[in-house]
Amino acid sequence: MSILVNQETKVIVQGITGRAGTFYADQAIRYGSTYVGGVRPGRGGNKHLGLPVFHDVAEAVDNTGANASLVVVPAPFTADAMIEAIDAKLDVVVCITERVPQHDMARVKRALSGSKTVLIGPNSQGILTPGQCKIGVMPTKDARPGRIGIASRSASLTSEILANCSAADWGQSTTVGVGGDVLHGLGFVECLKLFRDDPETECVVLIGEIGGREEELAAEYLASTDYEKPVVALVVGRHAPLGQRMGHAGTLSQFGAASAGQKIALLAGAGAIIASDAGDVVHQVKAALGG
Amino acid sequence: MNLQEHIAKELLSQYGIPCPKGRLAKTASSAEDSCALIQAKKYVVKAQIAAGGRGLAGGVRFAATPSAVHDEAERMLNSRLVTDQTRAEGEVVHTVYVEAAHDLSAQYFVAFVLDAATGFPMLLASANGGIAFEERARMDPDAVAAHVLDEQSDIDGFLKTVGIEDGGAVDAVKAAARAFEENDMVLLEINPFAKTANGDWLAIDAKIALDPAAAFRHPEFDRLYSNAGQSAQESEAQQNNINFVRLDGDIGVVVNGAGLGLATNDLIVDAGGEPANFMDIRTTATSFDIARGVELLLADPGVKALLLNVHGGGMTVCDTVAEGVAFAYSRNNRNVPCIARLAGTNADWGERILMDRKVPVDVCNDMKTAVQRAVSRVGEA
Repeated sequence: MSILVNQETKVIVQGITGRAGTFYADQAIRYGSTYVGGVRPGRGGNKHLGLPVFHDVAEAVDNTGANASLVVVPAPFTADAMIEAIDAKLDVVVCITERVPQHDMARVKRALSGSKTVLIGPNSQGILTPGQCKIGVMPTKDARPGRIGIASRSASLTSEILANCSAADWGQSTTVGVGGDVLHGLGFVECLKLFRDDPETECVVLIGEIGGREEELAAEYLASTDYEKPVVALVVGRHAPLGQRMGHAGTLSQFGAASAGQKIALLAGAGAIIASDAGDVVHQVKAALGG
Repeated sequence: MNLQEHIAKELLSQYGIPCPKGRLAKTASSAEDSCALIQAKKYVVKAQIAAGGRGLAGGVRFAATPSAVHDEAERMLNSRLVTDQTRAEGEVVHTVYVEAAHDLSAQYFVAFVLDAATGFPMLLASANGGIAFEERARMDPDAVAAHVLDEQSDIDGFLKTVGIEDGGAVDAVKAAARAFEENDMVLLEINPFAKTANGDWLAIDAKIALDPAAAFRHPEFDRLYSNAGQSAQESEAQQNNINFVRLDGDIGVVVNGAGLGLATNDLIVDAGGEPANFMDIRTTATSFDIARGVELLLADPGVKALLLNVHGGGMTVCDTVAEGVAFAYSRNNRNVPCIARLAGTNADWGERILMDRKVPVDVCNDMKTAVQRAVSRVGEA
């Protein structure tokens, strides 16, 4: 088992003919994921990477039965691409594009309300169920199937922690990047709920950072429920200057946002196990699962 | 990107939001002269930097006469203003804004942000606006009321609960909502939004943050972006696909990914060191981009050691980063020690490149060891 994506997931790539689209689609296909087509307005009818290219998402879905998409479209057009995928009622839409305007994302959030689509991103590394399905940009060299579920705001830290876990023989059920932007789709709370219902996941790792409210909401949720599985949390940016954007737009602490220290205190108070740094996560996982 | 106050007010004025009469001045004598155009009973001189907290830091001074305006402007111009929202070294005041000062009978706080949960704009308001409002709001979250502007929203009704009922004031808030939407703002704050002793409503101070990601559809703001408060280093890095923030320490940090960058800096401070910068090499960066980022650090005499912490993957693989680092070293004659921790895709290849190209590299196997090594190297220097 896993969450959201598995071997059955049929993926299309929006923006498949671009440099990044080609690169990431090719890597995911080589990894063994099921990619069934691509979308590029005006290039319908062609083939790319051996896959049929369609004019729009609806046409691609009709012809391939796709239920998921990877959005690799330049930022000015990303919102429309995501909304098109939501309108086509795909189950999972992953957007890796950076620097999508916030007011565009606001439009996407409104389109998401009442729809069944799960949006991952934007500015996300995507989602990976090791050995089954990769929709995103993450390296897969160190990923192993297993029992740890990872939800993260940072691609680079996920790679780091995933490699540590695999080296200690703790494989992963699914890893999800919720993305580094202020406005995004899937959040930590939904990830926690999905991992809770996944029998294969035995421990959840949350990788947070300064800015936004993901960690606060996760703490609120954990405090409100009897979450049976251990949750190991890492929050980075403890020593970052306030009021400055540190790479991710979402790190800019907005009006009333909590500091890293406050986030850590809230998560600890809600019963999460706090890892002191990236290298400590695997030790805490080990301690929690008694390995 | 935060706008300076006078630019924010110019933008609000275009939407019909009343602001005090004012003039921008670069010299003390032109500040004095501008009083003749403003024609007020008294004046206020405001340092134009793109950061808040000016009032408490001496960047906003009242002046009863034009000659007092001259003196205040002279004191502020070309000085460094340090507020709780600037960096430690502060910001240089290049211009002052001279405005008519008014007697205020009530001060409100009005702000717009995007609600991350629903995607609708959210209006925040309070009847207790003014200086130090942010501090009060931080202590007491109930000090500010929030209203999501969705399809069922009733701005008039909401503002009434805060005490803003006057027709002109309500229209000004609605105009501000339009300005927020049409200009891709991520924050619009009018504080205080005040009622004067004469019964007029005025935006006494305004803070606007634009979304840099939307700059492509706002060519009218191009000039503002080029004059933004970024350091030369930061804008140079930005042009080379690297997110860079200058900090005060002496360990230059080269990292791919924002999260890993933050984690690295946390470890450095925990180990007793001081990072010279925050760096996040974006996935689209080439080795030439990376070389430019590393050169910025090598060219900085404050940087005593370089810490390279890379987890290769996706389009940023370790050899690409190592190529960039080696290239930067080959173009610079400072032999700054380089402590490297490479992991993920092509890590061994990256290490080979650094050694073969005679980078003074010290390879470590894990992050913590590398950080400790970097901190002790700087201690020796």
